[in-house]
Amino acid sequence: MTIQCPTPHHDDEVVLLGHGAGGRLTAELLDRVILPALDGDPGPMEDAALLPGYRELVISTDSFVVSPLFFPGGDIGSLAVHGTVNDLAMRGAWPVALSVSLILEEGLALTELRAVMASLGKAAQDAGVPVVTGDTKVVGRGAADRLFINTTGIGQRHGSLHPSAALARPGDAVLLSGPIGLHGTTVLSTREGLGFEGDIASDTRPLHRLVRTLVPLGADVHVLRDPTRGGLAAALNEIARDSSVAVEIEESAVPVPEAVASACDLLGLDPLVVANEGCLVAFVAADAAEGTLNAMRSMGEGAGAVRIGEVLPDGPAGRVTLRTLVGARRIVDMPLGEQLPRIC
Amino acid sequence: MKYLDEYRDPVLARRLLDELRQTVTHPWRIMEVCGGQTHTLVRQGIDELLPAGMRMIHGPGCPVCVTPLETLDRAMAVAARPEVILTSFGDMLRVPGTDTDLLSLRARGADVRVVYAPMDAVRLAAEHPEKQVVFLAVGFETTAPANATAVLHAARLRLTNFSMLVSHVLVPPAMTALLDDPDCEVQAFLAAGHVCAVMGWREYEPIAAEYRVPIVVTGFEPLDLLEGILMAVRQLESGRFEVENQYVRAVRRSGNTEAQDAVREVFRVTDRAWRGIGALPDSGLELAEKYRRFDAARRFDVSGLCPVEDAECIAGAILTGAKLPTDCTAYGTRCTPRHPLGAPMVSSEGTCAAFHAAGRTPVRSTA
Repeated sequence: MTIQCPTPHHDDEVVLLGHGAGGRLTAELLDRVILPALDGDPGPMEDAALLPGYRELVISTDSFVVSPLFFPGGDIGSLAVHGTVNDLAMRGAWPVALSVSLILEEGLALTELRAVMASLGKAAQDAGVPVVTGDTKVVGRGAADRLFINTTGIGQRHGSLHPSAALARPGDAVLLSGPIGLHGTTVLSTREGLGFEGDIASDTRPLHRLVRTLVPLGADVHVLRDPTRGGLAAALNEIARDSSVAVEIEESAVPVPEAVASACDLLGLDPLVVANEGCLVAFVAADAAEGTLNAMRSMGEGAGAVRIGEVLPDGPAGRVTLRTLVGARRIVDMPLGEQLPRIC
Repeated sequence: MKYLDEYRDPVLARRLLDELRQTVTHPWRIMEVCGGQTHTLVRQGIDELLPAGMRMIHGPGCPVCVTPLETLDRAMAVAARPEVILTSFGDMLRVPGTDTDLLSLRARGADVRVVYAPMDAVRLAAEHPEKQVVFLAVGFETTAPANATAVLHAARLRLTNFSMLVSHVLVPPAMTALLDDPDCEVQAFLAAGHVCAVMGWREYEPIAAEYRVPIVVTGFEPLDLLEGILMAVRQLESGRFEVENQYVRAVRRSGNTEAQDAVREVFRVTDRAWRGIGALPDSGLELAEKYRRFDAARRFDVSGLCPVEDAECIAGAILTGAKLPTDCTAYGTRCTPRHPLGAPMVSSEGTCAAFHAAGRTPVRSTA
């Protein structure tokens, strides 16, 4: 057979997988296509939004399209609860109610759906949040990847705990509640059969109780963010951008489990940009750093809390740097799009 | 994290740097051949901590970067066929061809899939007899054995719907081509540890002797790189030019003979064009006559390929170490990972991508 060159060339841009990876491509899509159409207030991109007219209520929505549906440490059902509960918690809120919308692909085994729903129900019950409304749609075979779940949550903020991505200040301590990279490497390894899944499990879990322990610290807690898509690198870049500050972290202080480090080395991925589902970054006043760490460590989900860096007293707004193991300094950039495993 | 910690210990790293500073008396220039080593050097900032005047030259060892544009355009023409599933490693998917890249083709409907091993492509072919499964097989000696094994497996399965677009390259001919250039500044090499894990280092010994250049087989962790640099500097300072092995935990002099046998069975050495560098004699691998039926370039007779390199891209000078990414007028402005003009900016092994990821900015003269 003979094929003509050049390959078909299209002038129109199309959506790429990388547009959904939480990095610079996602930001471009929001800035150029989605937000202009919605005519919303410009401002920091938060995990959850204040409900207009209700100062103490926040709302957040998230869709879960993870493949495979089940992976070590969790599944799409529990993830759909934890993801939205955590987005509410990152604004200092306790979850009040959830909605659950299902998009099911024709042919999905009911046994799998039952297992996912049982897990979702248990996760909601364990988190102490009722599912009060929902929706179910079925699409034809090939129109979805087996099962997609959307959850929307309403949360009520705790007293004086009002964190925002725009509130980081020079001198703040940057804290991390636990190790990074577990969720992303677990899902990738399970999906592709890479053989790491015996050694690692997703860190998916609710963080609202951990956040509740920070309530006594009140206004000293400036920013909370769970570094999901785009990982720690994207979260820190968003905070540095929205707060107009320069952030520096210490490479040797960032906890990366051995199995995560090995998987990332093999695949050419950077643990800083791999997704997490069960840890949070906190920017707190320097004086409150020890108290915050102690509060976090009092909870199982914060047992591994560490200080990883600080907001520099001065420095270019929006810049994130890393002190490397050998003592040099390099910039941690916003990831571009989806991470692609390397060749060798 | 015991295993990795041993090679990422900040205290040991600073000790090696101190020792290096005490050893160096000349502004030596050492080339790390491999793109993976370039990334460790730049990500850790090791190249910026070297003694004054001493310089690392970033070499051509990024397999994605040196894959000819013509091969990429051919892969995209094949991938655009409705009956084809085109498979490759992830970082090939974003490399720009003349008009587009494989990720964009996939978004427009082409069946392009990331695989983690060539055997995955063989399995895919066995599962989809109605499709033609093509594996874009690029890389140095490191990936050749697995690709050879995949061809052998496909032959055993008598698959007629599996083929490879082969563009393998070999390290030693590239090293000698660089050394033959009268403008070459390289005084010592860090050889890529994983290439030597397959091939050993015997073929480097005549190069070290003939060109009087130290070659140190080196790993990829920060301490590997620092120790490799120190070993190369010790040779340079004492006027020695031998092949030494820093990567003793993974490499033997004879390499992996079983892997070499598989490569010899399936491939044969051929002349090969390197993107940005040009044609180098005996610098590549192609399928041996016995396995030509698995050659995708023959199976899909693509006509009228018209590869056109971007005129502003200085990938060739980057790949030979003649220039740094920050010397390029397009670096960080018209050429970024989002809109790369050339492969060194897009590949995870590429020097330009390494510089960009580490936030390196051009040092503009104020004179």
